[in-house]
Amino acid sequence: MLEARGLRKRFGDREALRGVSLSAGRGELVAVIGPNGAGKTTLLSILAGIQRPDEGEVSRPASEIGWVPQQAAVYGKLTVAENLRLFARLEKVEDVARTVDRMLELTGLRERADDQVSKLSGGNRQRVNIAVGLLGEQSVLLLDEPSAALDPRQRERVWDFVRSLADAGTTVIYSTHNIQEAERHAQRVLVIADGEAIFTGSPRELEDLVERGRGERADFEEAFVAFLRQQGH
Amino acid sequence: MRWLLLKDLRILRRSPLLVALLIAYPIVIATLIGFALSRGPDKPEVAIANLVPESATQVELGGEDIDLTAQAQPLFEAVDPVNVDSRAEAVKKVRDGEVLAALIIPEDTTRILQTGLEPASVEVIYNGEDPVKAQFVRDTIKSQVQDANNALTERLAQAAVEYLGLIGTGGQFEIFGRTFDVLGLERSQEILTRARADLPAGSPAREQLDSVIEFARLALENLDLSDEVLSSVGTPIEVSQTRLDGASTALTSFAVAIAVTVSLMFITLLLAAGTLALEREENAFLRLVRGLVSRTGLLVEKAGLAAACSGVVSLLMLAGLSLFVELDWARFPLWVLAIFLGALAFAALGLAVGALTREVRAASLLCVMLSLPLTFLALVPDAAVSPVLFDVVSAISAAFPFKPTLDALDAALNESGAIAGPLVHLAVLFLAFGAISRLSLRRFAG
Repeated sequence: MLEARGLRKRFGDREALRGVSLSAGRGELVAVIGPNGAGKTTLLSILAGIQRPDEGEVSRPASEIGWVPQQAAVYGKLTVAENLRLFARLEKVEDVARTVDRMLELTGLRERADDQVSKLSGGNRQRVNIAVGLLGEQSVLLLDEPSAALDPRQRERVWDFVRSLADAGTTVIYSTHNIQEAERHAQRVLVIADGEAIFTGSPRELEDLVERGRGERADFEEAFVAFLRQQGH
Repeated sequence: MRWLLLKDLRILRRSPLLVALLIAYPIVIATLIGFALSRGPDKPEVAIANLVPESATQVELGGEDIDLTAQAQPLFEAVDPVNVDSRAEAVKKVRDGEVLAALIIPEDTTRILQTGLEPASVEVIYNGEDPVKAQFVRDTIKSQVQDANNALTERLAQAAVEYLGLIGTGGQFEIFGRTFDVLGLERSQEILTRARADLPAGSPAREQLDSVIEFARLALENLDLSDEVLSSVGTPIEVSQTRLDGASTALTSFAVAIAVTVSLMFITLLLAAGTLALEREENAFLRLVRGLVSRTGLLVEKAGLAAACSGVVSLLMLAGLSLFVELDWARFPLWVLAIFLGALAFAALGLAVGALTREVRAASLLCVMLSLPLTFLALVPDAAVSPVLFDVVSAISAAFPFKPTLDALDAALNESGAIAGPLVHLAVLFLAFGAISRLSLRRFAG
């Protein structure tokens, strides 16, 4: 379970986050969506402990939260197994060999364990990236645009993996600008615009909200755009 | 931190081309610089038109025959002579670029020298297209002609002293195959003294003889000083060399210090800057500093790796160079100290470069761009530029680790001065650049 309350962040004159609150339960998949520059990455950076908020608080320290950055943060010259071993040792994991073995199993990369990461496809590299984020076996995982720059097949593989984590009880919060991905995988979405949280609920609830406002049913993407317009964004 | 260090070493091991370049490039550069400094310039090709007939190369000065060809020998050894038969041929060779310059020794040189009444002259012709080469050849010829002039002046002065001796004490003098007996002032004085004694007392001629005898005595006394006077004319200014301070290092040993410092600088800068910038390029920096490693710890790891690698390469380089240049192995602990502190200061500078540029390629480029001018500035001799400019050059050199590392290594290798000052200087630079790199990490991930 993760909870954040009243998060505010300023960069000079620009207010990137204006009192955003969020909560996610065990095994829940929460998508953070919004237009470009809305504050999605800033929110995830604060939740991950990379940036400090000017105001507000997060219920868990960074050490208890796994974080997967948008671009694979692994060493291309090291093999998959070497990357996992290195970060497991830095995370001070007790049984490094067992943990690495489990991650290789979980990511389906056992056969590629001895391949250098630079030689993997984008999808497999992202799976290694996610696996490194999970090494600490934290119960909360933050994913920043996890499927950006992946082809549909690779994207599908990554989402299968993420869903399996949530099914196993991990709380997953991810940011995306791909509305279909939010609709398809998230149980709950947090819509941010201009640093402000303007909606939180299931994708269906957002569609219902828009339908009530304009009298006709729309798919999720149309509903999202219409909602932003209604809110003046 | 140990796992990060092992990771970096593994990455380096998997980049053999990079490692080879990283080691080979500075060593080649260092060797070239050392070679250029320790070896003098090549002899310039100079056309020599010696128009003096072979039968007239001897000059007789003071009864002694001087062979002009022998006198000119040092000049011929200082250049690569190309003998030509005429002035026109010499001019053509210079104009065509076959030689850098030409030296014309006219036909009447020995005759003019023989008279001793006017100076003989030689002619130098050079091509002005390349001012550096022209200056070099002008200086070489001028210096060698000056040496020949000095030798001839000495001979002329010696001949003059012998003539004056003849006037003073008298003796045999040979000219045009005939021998003359010169009375000399000494014997003249004796004859006059005897003649005066034969004159009656009160004779007016006695008084006149007294003034002549007195003149002869004074002249004789003063002629005794003539050899000293003529010696000083032969060499009006003598050079007495005294070293008050600064290095007394042989050029080859100094070249070793330069070669090792250049290698140390390149390897440390490139490794420190490159490995730090790589953490950002691989996007791993934020993941690492999210509680896995502190920012300062990361800098210490990179500095340690770069300093250790470059230190080992530098010591191996010194061991290799010691096969060709005599080095005092008893001073090995000082070598290690100088290399270790120099490497740390360079590593801190490299980290600052890596933290500021944030990309491996940009960091590498900046390291090279920084290294070359720093090397040349540190090697500018104080007499080569104006005092104000030299102060500026010294201030710039003092702000970077190359000059103090070179001073420390020179002191360690060659006992050329105190080592403590440069070592303290390096420690200060290490702290300063370390602080800059730590501050730069604040915006490193952005």
